[in-house]
Amino acid sequence: MTSKALLAATALVAITLSLPATAAELTVGFSQIGSESGWRAAETSVSKSEAAKRKVTLKIADAQQKQENQIKAIRSFIAQGVDAIFLAPVVSSGWDAVLKEAKEAKIPVVLLDRDIDPSGKELYLTAVTSDSVHEGAVAGEWLAKAVAGKACNVVELQGTVGASVATNRKKGFDSVVAKNANLKVVRSQTGDFTRAKGKEVMESFIKAEGGGKTICAVYAHNDDMMVGAIQAMKEAGLKPGKDILTVSIDAVPDIFKAIAAGEANATVELTPNMAGPALDAIMAYKAKGTVPPKWIQTESKLYTAADDPQKIYDSKKGLGY
Amino acid sequence: MMSRLLQSRGLAQIIALLVILAVDRAVSPQFFDLRMQDGRLFGSLIDVLNRGAPVALLALGMVLVIATRGIDLSVGAVMAISGAIAASLADAHGLPLALAAALGAGLLCGLWNGFLVAVLGIQPIVATLILMVAGRGVAQLITEGRIVTFTAPDLVWLGNGAVLGVPAPVVVVLGMLIVTGAVVRGSALGLLIEATGGNARASELAGIGTRGMILAVYVWCGLCAALAGVIAAADIMGADANNAGLWLELDAILAVVIGGTSLFGGRFSLVLAMVGALIIQAMNTGILLSGYPPEFNLVVKAAVVLVVLLLQSPRFANVGVVLGRARQ
Repeated sequence: MTSKALLAATALVAITLSLPATAAELTVGFSQIGSESGWRAAETSVSKSEAAKRKVTLKIADAQQKQENQIKAIRSFIAQGVDAIFLAPVVSSGWDAVLKEAKEAKIPVVLLDRDIDPSGKELYLTAVTSDSVHEGAVAGEWLAKAVAGKACNVVELQGTVGASVATNRKKGFDSVVAKNANLKVVRSQTGDFTRAKGKEVMESFIKAEGGGKTICAVYAHNDDMMVGAIQAMKEAGLKPGKDILTVSIDAVPDIFKAIAAGEANATVELTPNMAGPALDAIMAYKAKGTVPPKWIQTESKLYTAADDPQKIYDSKKGLGY
Repeated sequence: MMSRLLQSRGLAQIIALLVILAVDRAVSPQFFDLRMQDGRLFGSLIDVLNRGAPVALLALGMVLVIATRGIDLSVGAVMAISGAIAASLADAHGLPLALAAALGAGLLCGLWNGFLVAVLGIQPIVATLILMVAGRGVAQLITEGRIVTFTAPDLVWLGNGAVLGVPAPVVVVLGMLIVTGAVVRGSALGLLIEATGGNARASELAGIGTRGMILAVYVWCGLCAALAGVIAAADIMGADANNAGLWLELDAILAVVIGGTSLFGGRFSLVLAMVGALIIQAMNTGILLSGYPPEFNLVVKAAVVLVVLLLQSPRFANVGVVLGRARQ
């Protein structure tokens, strides 16, 4: 993946550099974290297509998960005199010095997907991120609506213990559970965001809950764990999606395959399109001087079988997930 | 009396396993329930055997490496590589080729480790650290960073199938245990491996080809790891290069050590390493069944491991005897 993306990125930069830039066209430097996950790869490829759609020249620098590489990339973007810098920060601290340099060079910085420490609040224009507490709440609200007041025992597959995404997705879901007396989280364990652990934990949930007969729904903090849990349910002779409702978060292609097959019910999208809203904000800022709000929250869209899952699967599978 | 009892080989491990199973039964009353589901035995006890299979396979290779006073940190990464290869080839080329390529890659990895240790004389922990780090990168290159899924039914069978109700991974472990046992204990090979670990120089002078011994155990360890990787991929019908086998090398080493094999080499027990793997998995499954919050998982695991290791310690047993006398 890394080598391919790198090649593609280099090729893109090479092509775009050779084009004569007209005055109206913008050049944006994007310091991407690297290729830590399928979602990250999808974010990179969506950023490219969103930039192409708006005729913006996007230069992507792959930092290979290292902050020093990101700082180097930002400095080189400043030296090149780009119109704006997108930054997906690998860590939340240590950005003040380099962002000050960008500010002095009057280059607006937009944070993508992750935020930085509050001390740097004045140093960037806006942050485009998803609200993971809200994602958990959207998942919970779907379930509350789906069971329509009936008593429902939920088992929860948590993400890695201590990961902020896991804590927030739990918090959001719990807030809905607290408002609906019919919903009850009976078991909650970590599946480390992986398919293998999701399957193993679900196997034990099924055994501990009378062969799965007392489980009404599964909530997983990501789709990969749900894919594992679906296998565990099938092997136990249960029908996921019918006997046991499922709702998870991320909207990776494989969960749409499961939804299309009737084995999963719902997923909440963590959109890989962070660059789209960021580009719109930058273009408005450059053209009319419109200052965007400090935080642009991306939509946490819910997908179910009603949304033509097969079509979404086909459109998503090429993004590099 | 107490100290002699605990030191009779294997008793401490068996007692530990039984105690953990009893605790599992206490936290989860249906623990020993068994039924058939789609031609496969179904129950928590089967989960322990089935989920423990990858670590058991790793331990089977690891125990021989440790017997030569070595260690192999790369087994988790080798799992990721072989799983990635099997998953990428299974749908297009069928099981025989996918399996051969995956196991072949494991053999090559083992050969590389063995070459670094036996021929170049690099310390095992450093030599295998190289592949531990690089191997996962190789696996990620093969899968291009995504989860490669497959549907080939014969490969899926290796993870989810059954022979007479016994899950296929358990059958594979039993098969490998019998083969390994027959080879190392059915001949003088086991003794030669122990001699190599006990005192390589003396063994060399006594005419044992220690270099060949060391090379052979790393190759076998690589093969076992590759098999574990194929089973792990078959289980989830996909190869997850980022997470397959992650940190499992530590569980494998732990299984071997719990099984009473010394890290200083010189003696080993295949069966007790298997018991060690079962102890770890029985504990993991028990934690999952207990319903405690996940924040407790690692603390409980550490406490149990500490107790099992203390049970095996001759000095600890002596302390018990001294305390017993003092009370009288």
